[in-house]
Amino acid sequence: MEAARSASASPRPQAGPTPLFGAYGIVKRFGGFTANDGVDLEIRAGEIHALLGENGAGKSTLMKILYGLLEPTEGVVTHQGDIVQLPNPDAARRLGIGMVFQHFSLCENLTVAENIALVMPRDFSGRALADRIAKLGIDYGLHLEPDRPVWSLSAGERQRIEIVRCLLQDPKLVILDEPTSVLTPGEAEVLFSVLERLRAEGRALLYISHRLDEVRRLCVRATILRAGKVVSACNPREETARSLAAMMVGSAVREVTVRGGGAVGRERLALDRLALPAPGLHATALRDVSLSVAGGEILGIAGIAGNGQAELFAALSGEVRAADPASVRLDGAPVGDLGITARRRLGAAFVPEERNGHAAAPAMSLSENALLSRHSTAPLTRFGLLRPGAARALAQRVITAFDVRKAGPDPAAGTLSGGNLQKFVVGREILAEPGTLVINQPTWGVDAAAAAHIRQAVIDLAARGTAILVISQDLDELFELAGSIAVLHDGTLSAAVPAAETTREAIGLLMGGSSDAAPAPAH
Amino acid sequence: MRLDLVPRTRRSAVLDILAPALAFVAAVLIGGLVVAALGVSPSAAFVTYFVAPLSEVWSLQEIALKAAPLALIATGLAFCYRADLWNIGAEGQFVVGGLAGGWVGVATHGSGDAPWILPAMLAAGALAGAAYALIPAVLKVRLGVSEILTSLMLVYVAQLLLDYMVRGPLRDPAGYNFPQSVGFDPAARLPYLMEGETLHAGVLVALAAVGLATFVLARTLFGFAVRVVGASPRAARFAGFSDARLTLSVFAISGGAAGLAGIVEVAGKIGQLQPEISPGYGFTAIIVAFLGRLSPPGILVAALVIALTTIGGEGAQIDLKLPLDLTRAFQGLLLGLVLGADVFARYHVRIVPGGPSGRTAS
Repeated sequence: MEAARSASASPRPQAGPTPLFGAYGIVKRFGGFTANDGVDLEIRAGEIHALLGENGAGKSTLMKILYGLLEPTEGVVTHQGDIVQLPNPDAARRLGIGMVFQHFSLCENLTVAENIALVMPRDFSGRALADRIAKLGIDYGLHLEPDRPVWSLSAGERQRIEIVRCLLQDPKLVILDEPTSVLTPGEAEVLFSVLERLRAEGRALLYISHRLDEVRRLCVRATILRAGKVVSACNPREETARSLAAMMVGSAVREVTVRGGGAVGRERLALDRLALPAPGLHATALRDVSLSVAGGEILGIAGIAGNGQAELFAALSGEVRAADPASVRLDGAPVGDLGITARRRLGAAFVPEERNGHAAAPAMSLSENALLSRHSTAPLTRFGLLRPGAARALAQRVITAFDVRKAGPDPAAGTLSGGNLQKFVVGREILAEPGTLVINQPTWGVDAAAAAHIRQAVIDLAARGTAILVISQDLDELFELAGSIAVLHDGTLSAAVPAAETTREAIGLLMGGSSDAAPAPAH
Repeated sequence: MRLDLVPRTRRSAVLDILAPALAFVAAVLIGGLVVAALGVSPSAAFVTYFVAPLSEVWSLQEIALKAAPLALIATGLAFCYRADLWNIGAEGQFVVGGLAGGWVGVATHGSGDAPWILPAMLAAGALAGAAYALIPAVLKVRLGVSEILTSLMLVYVAQLLLDYMVRGPLRDPAGYNFPQSVGFDPAARLPYLMEGETLHAGVLVALAAVGLATFVLARTLFGFAVRVVGASPRAARFAGFSDARLTLSVFAISGGAAGLAGIVEVAGKIGQLQPEISPGYGFTAIIVAFLGRLSPPGILVAALVIALTTIGGEGAQIDLKLPLDLTRAFQGLLLGLVLGADVFARYHVRIVPGGPSGRTAS
């Protein structure tokens, strides 16, 4: 694979039409770390150009350089063949570069129009702005109600605000960072038609994603980064999703295999009409959530972020306690009023979504992080005194079993890459051989090789008789892992259906809340 | 041109020690300029501030006696500040501890030399300080009241309570109406460490507290919980460490240490109750805690440095007619520089020519 592509491994500026924007020989170093190492990229008018790569491959760095958020250590950016300086995003915007961020930068308590006015020149009057918003809405199918407060909008609607903000500046190049990561399949379809429309108008789009099916559908040119270097420039439609993934990872992606047997045992984890009030203004209340997971079974919980996943995880882990003890049961015992330590002692283990600051304390060493969740389920203390040697040994067992790459003997958790820290966090819980494992977004922001490792470990754990609940926004992941899938929408959980008997489309509709008999509540 | 702060990939132990040392040198140099501006020879001032107090036995003892309560209080405060809780009422807890322990001393006056009297006084001081610190802690845990405001306001309550007690119920009946209690019996005084000198056993109490706190923070599950809750509060909840219990514990520890320092001062240096028993130890200890970077051994060093400048400042006031406020200004300068030097220990500074200003690389 590697040798076959060496011819195209380092595309040089080629003859032909001058590209709209070009980046040549881009090097960006952060201290001793080289995030971009001699990257060349050419973007032409009227194309959707894909930028592919694993987490940490240097996509974000390159994108920030093009948008003037970072200055390259070496290399130049050109506009229609002329070298340009991009010292700040303002300069980039004046050249016609717009950006739609993955994490929206919107003020929740302001209206749609107010959020748009925030980034517009001062002399733009309110009336004229509302007219422009309405006109863009009609032209592109980006419908928005200017007077609605942002907190009442779905993720898809929020993204539309970001896109409209960008389009109001009539950009020549639009950079989109993982734009579908927060959307339902239906919302993504709307986005794709908008992108096609923009391309047809002769604008250039730089589409950053790790969803290979989308890239193959939208783009005819792709630049693939690995470890800061361009490893390939190809037409994604001439590749398969597997060959693209192999180029990103640098080796063939390990297939996850489901071990045979799969004998489903007795019920180990159950929720019985769990109800919790919303913990804050913009949080979600859980309403009568019921589920049951048996030993050896993997239940997947699908849903778009912000529909109660964090609240459900907190209720399962005991970080938030339920009023009714019987509404959460572990191996038949009511535990709703018990804290997380008591639930761990009953054989449960938990992996939260956020690695840094929730699953792990980034400033502390790996052995201290082993202690963090295992102090009551492993012999790491004696009479309240720490046994640092035992903690280091446990951390080392996790590191060996899950192939955690790190620098130094016992480094701070925050120095590990996302994928390696996630392997450590998942491994720490799996080595406890829990009877029940609750895992929220198991491979969020993790490179493909680490994701495959983690999923395999989860499947193997289920085969040993553990009940596993996986909360994920990634439908591919759920269909790969879960025996049955339920959908969380606005704090309500649908009935679980066997994964083999449903489709991505059916799950996607439930994620959008379309099966709700009652009208969608406006919070 | 602009300056970029690039995080160091590894913290260097040498820099961790060098940074505060260089900050101290810088503070001395700046202080020297101020002294010169006041028309006094900087070299004479340096000798008076930093050399003379270290060259005589009595002033060395004074430094140790001043450093002991500062180190004791700051060590307790380190637990609170490590856990990101802001007890700034150690002065009040110090006063209440001194009052409660002193009350035992007054009540046992003239009852002989029973060996339990001194331990009872120390225990009463520590318990009263802890109980007093639990007031803001309980208010925070139960009602969400800001511990910063309540702990500070309780300082004034404590000072007025002491003032009332020594003018009323605890006043020496044979004391010509002076607002002070009877002098304590020898059994109610901390023993002197050397015949005919001023150094008393209170410095051993402070040293023991520093040693114990070092061990608790580094080697116990409780100390681990305190460190996690300050570094990553969500991770602490994930670990199962209860917010409420930790809040109550660290306030009790810091209050207990401050109360113990109060009774050590009353049963050691002063020997009776009087309206004023602290020259602001509880507030100076906040500076000491941060100068020592919230680590007990560092706090011990910081307490000695602050005590040295205080004793030196008194000498400079007498010998050189320099204002006493100069000492406070110097202590503030030192704290600012040490915290500033921390930035250089944690980041590389890179000068980037030609770029715009106001943004950093990460």
